[in-house]
Amino acid sequence: MWKRFSSNIGAMVGVVLLLAVIVIAVIAPMLYPGGPWQMVQRPFLPPFAQDAYPFGTDTLGRNVAAQLAYGAQVSLLVGLVSTLVALLIGVPLGALAGFYGGMVDEGAMRFTEFFQTIPNFALAIVLVAIFQPNLTSIILAIAIVSWPPVARLVRAEVMSVRKREFVDAATLAGLSKPRILVTQVLPNTVSPIIVMASLMVATAILLESSLSFLGLGDPNAMSWGYMIGAARTVIRSAWWLSFFPGVAIIITVLALNLIGEGLNDALNPHLSRKGRA
Amino acid sequence: MNFLKTTTFLVAAALASPLAAQQEGGRLDIVVQPEPPGLMLGLVQNGPTQLVAGDIYEGLLRYDTDLNPMPGLAESWEISDDGLTYTFKLQEGVKWHDGEDFTADDVVFSADTFLRETHARLRASLAYVDTITAVDPLTVEFKLKEPFGPFISVFEAATMPMIPKHIYEGTDYATNEANATPIGTGPFKFNEWEKGSFIHLVKNEDYYVDGLPYLDEVYYRVIPDAASRAVAFETGEVDVLPGGSVENWDIPRLAEMEGVCTTGKGWEFFAPHAWMWLNNREGPTSNEKFRQAIMYAMDREFMKDVVWNGFGNVATGPVSSKTNFYSDDVTIYDHNPDKAKELLEEMGYDGEPVRLLPLPYGETWQRWAEAVRQNLTEVGINVEIDSTDVAGWNEKTANWDYDMAFTYLYQYGDPALGVSRNYTADRIEKGSPWNNVEGYENPSLDEKWAKAATLVKPEERQAAYDEIQKEIVDDVPVAWMMELEFPTIYRCNVKDLVTTAIGVNDGPRNAWIEE
Repeated sequence: MWKRFSSNIGAMVGVVLLLAVIVIAVIAPMLYPGGPWQMVQRPFLPPFAQDAYPFGTDTLGRNVAAQLAYGAQVSLLVGLVSTLVALLIGVPLGALAGFYGGMVDEGAMRFTEFFQTIPNFALAIVLVAIFQPNLTSIILAIAIVSWPPVARLVRAEVMSVRKREFVDAATLAGLSKPRILVTQVLPNTVSPIIVMASLMVATAILLESSLSFLGLGDPNAMSWGYMIGAARTVIRSAWWLSFFPGVAIIITVLALNLIGEGLNDALNPHLSRKGRA
Repeated sequence: MNFLKTTTFLVAAALASPLAAQQEGGRLDIVVQPEPPGLMLGLVQNGPTQLVAGDIYEGLLRYDTDLNPMPGLAESWEISDDGLTYTFKLQEGVKWHDGEDFTADDVVFSADTFLRETHARLRASLAYVDTITAVDPLTVEFKLKEPFGPFISVFEAATMPMIPKHIYEGTDYATNEANATPIGTGPFKFNEWEKGSFIHLVKNEDYYVDGLPYLDEVYYRVIPDAASRAVAFETGEVDVLPGGSVENWDIPRLAEMEGVCTTGKGWEFFAPHAWMWLNNREGPTSNEKFRQAIMYAMDREFMKDVVWNGFGNVATGPVSSKTNFYSDDVTIYDHNPDKAKELLEEMGYDGEPVRLLPLPYGETWQRWAEAVRQNLTEVGINVEIDSTDVAGWNEKTANWDYDMAFTYLYQYGDPALGVSRNYTADRIEKGSPWNNVEGYENPSLDEKWAKAATLVKPEERQAAYDEIQKEIVDDVPVAWMMELEFPTIYRCNVKDLVTTAIGVNDGPRNAWIEE
């Protein structure tokens, strides 16, 4: 599997880019011990004007490079944790619905559809506005709008797997239903979930950026979306304030998408070959 | 001794605007933001209403940029030696826009009947008034129960607008049909209001001052988005951006355009004063040393230069330097992080987090809060910014659910009108986001505030307020930030637009356009 993945150039580019972002996020406190909010130079210093501030300074004279580095922390944290939470909601619900069918399925799917009928972004805005913007509420809001597709995917996978012969075999061997679900069925649905999760991280990062852009970010956490939102009013005089965080978002989301594609090809070779033919 | 000041000010006004060059005619386009809820100045007194209705309605007095009274609808005035009787001699030949004569009866009706019912801020001052009588058709006498020093400052157009008695007497004021087509005595008459687009005023041909106004018509333009307002000015669609119409960051760009002038004048009567409420009731902010540490920790000069683009002044205390009876003989809190750390150590601050509530009025205020948080973080104070909308801000401050909260309020020319209300114990009102929100209680100062309001001689009042300011600045009941300045941006060929303490609000009266 790794062989197939590593031979995919796009996927490897994605891995390298993502690793770079992760490294920057991790060493941000060492690079910029003063934090992203420190006012270090005159405001509106253009990029590349001084070696110490390659990306210039913002409206208050804060180092854009430091903001980008700390912003990476927030983006990655929000992306990963909210995806994890979405999986924690979506996987069990989808698995139960797919495995037991009947009333359980009906109930679970109607519940899921309820969430799917509300536009994602609108729901996220409402949730964050109600719970006051902070990292926890943003992560929860993103998770709550992201789990329904997971539930549907897992349900479909489980429904196809549970009819296979090895499940019948396990039943004959006397395993209890819950045990079959957890030990036999779910492990066989993991690969599409992994692919989906990698793409969900990217979506979550975009969602967080959009929320912050609208001023619904955590006011105590530096994030890329916040940077663009704050730079919006000065876009005509200070292009770099919205340009660099925009590039950072593109790179990270692109990297995650490339990785997701690569994983998809590597984990579902039949599908991918068919796709290319 | 009577104070007859009229002549001096006529001379001063004449010097300020040489009579040589004024040209008649032309149209002025002014931005109004947001769209006013109504134009009947006796019923609504929010900012946009004052801006537009200041051309339609007038008060007995006007005020120059040093807050000295000038003739308005009153041509002269006398104050008795005991400070209890104010006699106003009205201008002759003043007519309402519908042609009726303006007389002393209108003044009595406005002040004693109409505004007592509708105007909360004026009502507080009218509590000092015993009787208001029309001595003859052109003379009005206000008799006070006890002396009230700032009384001469309450005759501004939006504070005590003159209301036509023949239209409103005996009607239900709020539902009177005339509210939609306001009738005043001012230099411009209401013509048309296209909701969401513009308000059109035309020249009052019968205005009682010969030659005024110069302009033929004034359009107040409603443009909801700050960036679009800036563009409208750039393209020449509007001529005047009153203070606060565009984001601060846009001001330098617009000001540098050719033929564009800016002025910070015209806000002296309001003297918007910005500070942070510090919750005096609980948490670290209840400790005086902590509050002083906050003052020393902040680099307010930097905030002025960077957040406000250099507009305004760092506040030295509760009274704005633009307001009467200001004193600078107080403890000065310059940027001194070491001193702040010392004070924190003395009080034994344990790093307990304090919440900071920014004012939800846009980017400038958000950046300001971020700068404060960074300054406080640097001396070891643990600050978290709460984000909120306007409703949330009102609710949190009104219910005292905050540690530090940004605000700014007007001073109305006199400490007794716009300052003492924020510091005396009788103005602690849970549920109101105004007045003494911080919960500061100092009975000995309360007495001094009350006494200073009832002194008659200006020198005595100055001495009383000097003492109060010196004392209160050491207590730091709130963290005074800045005397805000909202520059007016206009085309340089618009002359004499800002000549009074309320600026553009009554600016078109004297304004003219140079061809």
